[in-house]
Amino acid sequence: MRSVAETCDDRRVPENPGEAADAPPRLERRADGRIAAGVCRGLADHLGIDLVIVRVAFAVLIGAGVGVIAYVALWLLVPQRSDVRPRRDWTQLFAYGVLIGVLSAFTLTSVTERRALWPLVAGGVGVGIIWQQADPEHRRRWVRNTRSLWIRSVVGAALVIAGLAAFLLQNIQHVGQVLLGSTIVLAGVGVIVTPYLLRMWHDLDDERRERIRSQERAEVAAHVHDSVLHTLTLIQRNAHDPKEVQRLARAQERDLRAWLYQPKADAEQALAPAVRKISAEVEDHHGVPIEVVCVGDCPLDERLGAMLQAAREAMVNAAKYGGGANGETPSVSVYAEVDGDEVMIFVRDRGRGFDLDAVPVDRMGVRESIIGRMERNGGKAEIRTAPGEGTEVRLELKRS
Amino acid sequence: MTRVVLVDDHQMFRSGVKAELGDSVEIVGEAGDVDEAVEVIAATRPDVVLLDVHLPGGGGVEVLRRVLGGARSGPAEGATADQAAPTRFLALSVSDAAEDVIGVIRGGARGYVTKTISGPELTSAIGRVAEGDAVFSPRLAGFVLDAFAATDAPSIDPELDQLTQREREVLRLIARGYAYKEIAKELFISVKTVETHVSSVLRKLQLSNRHELSRWAAARRLV
Repeated sequence: MRSVAETCDDRRVPENPGEAADAPPRLERRADGRIAAGVCRGLADHLGIDLVIVRVAFAVLIGAGVGVIAYVALWLLVPQRSDVRPRRDWTQLFAYGVLIGVLSAFTLTSVTERRALWPLVAGGVGVGIIWQQADPEHRRRWVRNTRSLWIRSVVGAALVIAGLAAFLLQNIQHVGQVLLGSTIVLAGVGVIVTPYLLRMWHDLDDERRERIRSQERAEVAAHVHDSVLHTLTLIQRNAHDPKEVQRLARAQERDLRAWLYQPKADAEQALAPAVRKISAEVEDHHGVPIEVVCVGDCPLDERLGAMLQAAREAMVNAAKYGGGANGETPSVSVYAEVDGDEVMIFVRDRGRGFDLDAVPVDRMGVRESIIGRMERNGGKAEIRTAPGEGTEVRLELKRS
Repeated sequence: MTRVVLVDDHQMFRSGVKAELGDSVEIVGEAGDVDEAVEVIAATRPDVVLLDVHLPGGGGVEVLRRVLGGARSGPAEGATADQAAPTRFLALSVSDAAEDVIGVIRGGARGYVTKTISGPELTSAIGRVAEGDAVFSPRLAGFVLDAFAATDAPSIDPELDQLTQREREVLRLIARGYAYKEIAKELFISVKTVETHVSSVLRKLQLSNRHELSRWAAARRLV
């Protein structure tokens, strides 16, 4: 199978097994992908120079006249390589034929006529450069013409010829006629060139889109690598510690969720992101899942900062003492709402609950850092709890 | 017993859910993509479909569209007229993005829970949906409160575009993590009344043209 594939592939020639890898190949004419006799192709292989350079150099030399002798001499003297199937590259032949034709016209014509040829040369060089830069896939797509494209090209060519004929055959005297002729020529060029330009434009567009997509993919891959893979490694390493595994998984889930679904928000600036951030910290630290729901949002100020501290204290308490009464998994719900100028935060657990009046007066946690803090800042805190029913801390503050 | 069809493209997740639900419901079918789901639902006519939001072939919304189709008697009911027992949909997803949640509810699902839900909670949610009630997670309640927040824009249909004070209170309690029973106790109403309020919110959610809702729905091209 392999050898068949190789002989069918007319671009690549199987390496000669006896040849040293780094020695330049012998000077041989190559019949595969040749234009005339395969001289340039063989020469390029032998000298290690780009094929295009050799070909253009020969085209220039032939156009100037001297190259013809050199080419014919090489054709006769250099043996043809026998192990490849001859195949002529017609499009290239056409391109270099035109190049040689134009150059010959330069050497053979007078000075005044040359001026007329300059725009043609400039245009030709431009097209040549674009053609050379494009990869084979693109070239094939440009050349593969649909019927409408052929018709268009024929119509365009007819217009160009008609316009040129008008220039050349009539002895043009009037400005009007000049304009008419030019317009016809331009219209012809437009008709021929537009579909090609459009196709090129689409190609560029596709390429740009593909680039953006691959950038996005790269970003996702980077994120997955930095966070998820890292966490998975840590989980494997901590497999013996279920609590740590749960904490890691939960932290990773939160992180991924935030990345996927939540708009980037600044926890220093606004209430809702700040509440999420604080609960994430408590969750991380105590290994208890906290479900956060935020409705509305407002910018942070000093008093709201104090309120957040109180909320944090309440979350810590809930995470510590909110363990399920009947052995169920502890869970903490946090709900923050901004309604007009009223801000409310609820922290609820489903733990054992406690008798509020039984809490000693000197216990700092609840009294000082939650109730006291809220009152100092002009808000209020309310704690509802009963044995067996869990605890809910309700914080309220009027925005200034 | 409640007959349930499980639609999720992850085999592992399906078996996990089956194990969690145990004998509390009867799993009559499973599906891994949209086409399969539509087929299985038509063949088995379950009471409840547990529907993943993200599915190959168009997502949960596409299943809702094809099953409920143009023949549904009322968007909130989600039942075809000729069916004796209507099939109801409970969306189940890892995503808690507003676009996904609101999108699938507006597509006709009677409830939305995240995949982190515990087995017993899921069983009770299935039971509630089977009876024609709605199931709101705290987060969904939060989205609804956000979407129906007071705005200056005049509403076209006040009956649909605004929540009553009572509905708002119920939603707030759901968002705070209260179960229906606890809400009933808190507001001195019966559990049935709580369910009525939630169903009425669900109807508004599906039919209202409020800007936020249509925007969220449009974000997934579901309008």
